[in-house]
Amino acid sequence: MNPINHFAGQARELMRRDTTWPFLVTRRRPVDVSKNIILYLEELNVSFDGFKALNNLNLYVNDGELRCLIGANGAGKTTLMDVITGKTACDSGSAWFGQNIDLLAHDEAEIAGLGIGRKFQKPTVFEAHTVFGNLELSLKGYRGVWRALTARLSGTERDRIEEVLSVIGLEDVRYQLAGALSHGQKQWLEIGMLLAAEPRLLLVDEPVAGMTAEETERTAELLTSLAGKHTVIVVEHDMEFVRSIARTVTVLHQGSVLAEGTMDQVQNNRDVIEVYLGEDA
Amino acid sequence: MNVLNSLAQASYRLLAAMRQPGRGTSWLVGILLVVTLAMSAANLLLPADSPFYVSTYTITLMGKYLCFAMLAMAVDIVWGYCGILSLGHGAFFALGGYGMGMYLMRQIGDRGVYGNPNLPDFMVFLNWQELPWYWFGMDQFWFAIFMALLVPGTLAFVFGWLAFRSRVTGVYFSIMTQALTYALMLAFFRNEMGFGGNNGLTDFKDILGFDLQADATRVALLLVTTFLVVVTFLVSRTIVQSRLGRVIVAVRDAEARTRFLGYRTEHYKVWLFVYSALIAAVAGMLYVPQVGIINPGEFSPLNSIEVVVWVAVGGRGTLYGAIVGALLVNYAKTRFTALMPDAWLFALGALFVIVTVYLPRGLAGLFGRVIELVHRRPGRGKEQTTRDDGLSVAEVGA
Amino acid sequence: MNALLHKLWSVAIVLLLLPTGSPLAQSESAGTSAGSVLQQLTEASLKRTGELIGQLEQTGGAEMRPLFEVMLAGELYFIKESKQIIAITKTERRTYIGRDVFGEATLGEFTSREIKKIRVNNRLRSQLRETLARIDLLHGSKSAQKQAVLAMLDDLNEQNMRLLTAAQQGGVDGEVARLIDLAAAMVQLRDSRVSEERLEAIGVMSGQLEPAVRNQLQRLVDDAQEQDLAVRAAAQKALDKISERIEFFGQLEQLFFGLSLGSVLLLAAIGLAITFGVMGVINMAHGEMIMLGAYTTYVIQQLFPGAIAYSLLIAVPAAFLVSGSVGVLIERGVIRHLQGRPLETLLATFGISLILQQAVRSIFSPLNMQVVTPNWMSGSLVINPVFSVTYNRLYILLFALAIFAALVVVLKKSSLGLNVRAVSQNRDMAKAMGVRTEMVDAMTFGLGSGIAGVAGVALSQLTNVGPNLGQSYIIDSFMVVVFGGVGNLLGTLVGGFSLGVANKFLEPSMGAVLANIIVLVGLILFIQKRPKGLFPQRGRAAE
Repeated sequence: MNPINHFAGQARELMRRDTTWPFLVTRRRPVDVSKNIILYLEELNVSFDGFKALNNLNLYVNDGELRCLIGANGAGKTTLMDVITGKTACDSGSAWFGQNIDLLAHDEAEIAGLGIGRKFQKPTVFEAHTVFGNLELSLKGYRGVWRALTARLSGTERDRIEEVLSVIGLEDVRYQLAGALSHGQKQWLEIGMLLAAEPRLLLVDEPVAGMTAEETERTAELLTSLAGKHTVIVVEHDMEFVRSIARTVTVLHQGSVLAEGTMDQVQNNRDVIEVYLGEDA
Repeated sequence: MNVLNSLAQASYRLLAAMRQPGRGTSWLVGILLVVTLAMSAANLLLPADSPFYVSTYTITLMGKYLCFAMLAMAVDIVWGYCGILSLGHGAFFALGGYGMGMYLMRQIGDRGVYGNPNLPDFMVFLNWQELPWYWFGMDQFWFAIFMALLVPGTLAFVFGWLAFRSRVTGVYFSIMTQALTYALMLAFFRNEMGFGGNNGLTDFKDILGFDLQADATRVALLLVTTFLVVVTFLVSRTIVQSRLGRVIVAVRDAEARTRFLGYRTEHYKVWLFVYSALIAAVAGMLYVPQVGIINPGEFSPLNSIEVVVWVAVGGRGTLYGAIVGALLVNYAKTRFTALMPDAWLFALGALFVIVTVYLPRGLAGLFGRVIELVHRRPGRGKEQTTRDDGLSVAEVGA
Repeated sequence: MNALLHKLWSVAIVLLLLPTGSPLAQSESAGTSAGSVLQQLTEASLKRTGELIGQLEQTGGAEMRPLFEVMLAGELYFIKESKQIIAITKTERRTYIGRDVFGEATLGEFTSREIKKIRVNNRLRSQLRETLARIDLLHGSKSAQKQAVLAMLDDLNEQNMRLLTAAQQGGVDGEVARLIDLAAAMVQLRDSRVSEERLEAIGVMSGQLEPAVRNQLQRLVDDAQEQDLAVRAAAQKALDKISERIEFFGQLEQLFFGLSLGSVLLLAAIGLAITFGVMGVINMAHGEMIMLGAYTTYVIQQLFPGAIAYSLLIAVPAAFLVSGSVGVLIERGVIRHLQGRPLETLLATFGISLILQQAVRSIFSPLNMQVVTPNWMSGSLVINPVFSVTYNRLYILLFALAIFAALVVVLKKSSLGLNVRAVSQNRDMAKAMGVRTEMVDAMTFGLGSGIAGVAGVALSQLTNVGPNLGQSYIIDSFMVVVFGGVGNLLGTLVGGFSLGVANKFLEPSMGAVLANIIVLVGLILFIQKRPKGLFPQRGRAAE
């Protein structure tokens, strides 16, 4: 076996037509939920200048679940979402998406690509674009620069946008600039943008703030209908709303989980009464 | 057959692009073409004593303005559409200019003061024995053009990549770009750099064999500049109207949201920045043969920031605004500096303040508002159809 | 024969002088009593002048010092008619103003025809220098004595050595005594033929920084005639030690220059740190606030030409008020309307900077202005022959630190400081708590601009005062603020000094421009690693 032959063999191996080079393979892997749990958060710690925003937090969320997070201001709800979506780096701990994806190894854009969508506390939409344009940008698909340059809206995509428009009830204002929408409409639009992206896991921060009672009801319906196909985590202060949608409620307090269970269980929990609901009672 | 077909396709697409709706786009292209063609004809065909004769000086001046218009478009694309305020675009402009200047310098050959066929005059003056390595090949037009694009493009890529990856934004980025062009200015002032130091590159004789002083060459340069301005304009318009353009505007208005939708915003910004730098470099390349000199003063931060005010005056976020702004402000500058040189800086300073405080959308915005007032019909009410106008309604409404 | 004549002459002069009684007691009398020798100066040849200088020294001693000084400066003239010796100051307009050599009295203007210069050549000049050194050594103050010995080290002839020994016996101490010992060692090394003595002398000279010592040792090492290898080796070793120390002090000097540049950067940046850190406003006209401060200094010096010594003390509060009030005007007039639009603010303030520059150009002139350095700020503190620090840089360094300390106290202790910190951390909340944020903004901006003005006073002592003074500082100041971390005064301090020192240490090896570029590039790379600077503010509020 002379060396030339050897290298030729290697080169041929490298050039095989039936395989691809590893760096050309997209890293998009479907999330593995074979154990029926989609989100594992273990021993998370985050501190800002000595203030512990998250303190040894442990949380598991089942696939297809609708989970509500409640807790006083500063309990760590938003920080928790920041960690899941890659906005804030945590000091220690682990965060896994399904069995196979380490969330801490990815940044925001990658995490969004993995199928985790997020709605901000303050509604953020692209104000210079129309409602339609906002949804178009949110559609599931490749996000590369060159792809965007040549992208044309296909018929299926257009149908999908129309579908989302009817779900969020903004058909009439589809060509209006998003900046001209009311606060409640912006909330809906942002939820619509999440839907258009078809994520596996939705993180929804205070969806009903600024909505009328009727809109709140519709939001509740929407979120309940999403559960099952998607996994939804909702942060909300409105207890009526939480009661109306929640099957499982997690109470955060000072950066860690205080209690977990159904709304009734939680409300009767001694610790919870003491630190959270106690103030109301 | 195939080639013809695709050519026809391309020209059809170009025509289609020109006919697309959008305020003040097609007519601008038309006016530019008509005016420059008329000027050229008046210069070449009419006798010098005719009342319609256009002097070669005016031709060159127009060419210079159009180069500035191109530079303004480059700044507008990143600032108006993506919110990246670059105070260092003069650097890309000057680098492109130096590339062209090096080619023109080599074209002088042995007609320089010292008559050295291999070395430019300033190198002979500095007692250099041979060309520095980075001057090799610059006597080839195509290679010089290639380098004049490659160097600013690479610089923009590296700088942009470093800055956007670590999420340097807003005023931080602006000052960094200013520092960049400032550092380059200091470097190019040094004689040891091999770019003529303080005096820069000048005394050019001809380009591609045509005498640079001849009227016909000047007119040709003006026409080439106009053509490239139009091409840049159309290409840029295609870009900002594509989904890419919409992502870019989204990045401007809500970068975090865009990122959480899965867009790698830094990639978008880097490529846009590189594209914009390339336009600036082309503008610089066209500028040098027309004004006949390039020196380190072009790198000065003041020059770069002046470009920003052209765009601001014309109206950022609209490509035609950038062109109009550049032409208007430069015309005013020529007039002002001739009449009362001291007052120009006062006027420029006041322009900065007035435009930012009272005219955030520039003349284009003013124009748009006037049109809206004239055409407002009952029933249309709030509905907006101007989806291609890149500025947020909230900003105007507030 | 000549020597005898010499002696006779001196006796004669002494006799001549005697009748006037306590001679040379006053400068007036010195002028008249030594008159005849002085008169001879008017006609003497160069060679003869040398002799006359010797005589004058012996008779007049310390009283003749002013004469020698004037002569050394080449300002000694006489009036052709009366043969009166006078000192002449040439003015820029080519007129000649006469004054009494020994006193302050001015004697009016002369034309070039009325007077004639008493010529000196190089030989006379060195003789004069030595003479002055001798006078200083025997009669002068401690620092004059030291200067005198240092001057003698360059020419250790017998006469000088005798003087030195005499001075030592007369009782000197400290630095002067050390220098005289050094001189003795140098003579010993030169004249002795005994190896041990020479080695001992080298031992004394080793590590001494006076240039004469270095020169002598170098000559000895280079001297091919030198046979004594042990001596030569010892000399080489002593030289090495000297170079080592010189290098050390060279580094120390770099460090001082770096700190000095750092203090300038700190002064320039600290105002920016306040406006940018608290209000998030990047004020491109900040450099022009510095410029206004420098021009205020100039104007004050023009208004009170008699009080140059106090001008800076008046200029500091004046510059604070001028720049501060311009700052408040800018805030009220422009920046207030651009709240929450940092990029637009940047552009508008840039426009203001153009207007201010042009205004200064129109009011004063495009040329640089002459700002006088008061006496107490000129000169330098000599620590040893190779290391001295100029007083202006030293004072400015201290001044910058004082300003910094004062600012920290203001921000930490005063109610304005409390309000400023509250607004910087959470503007809306502060507003809700009843803080008048508009007022705080104006005051903050005024404070930042005022400090820039004060920086201008300091800078007027270091650089040219011209319309472009401020421009060159805006980028540097911003770099300092970003490097240190926005909203953190300590960061600005550390940032300023480290950038200054880095710049000065890079300078010798790669030149000022390249050093500047490298620092800029380094900073760009640094921001990659730590986008929020050295001392970042963390937390959700900072996002």
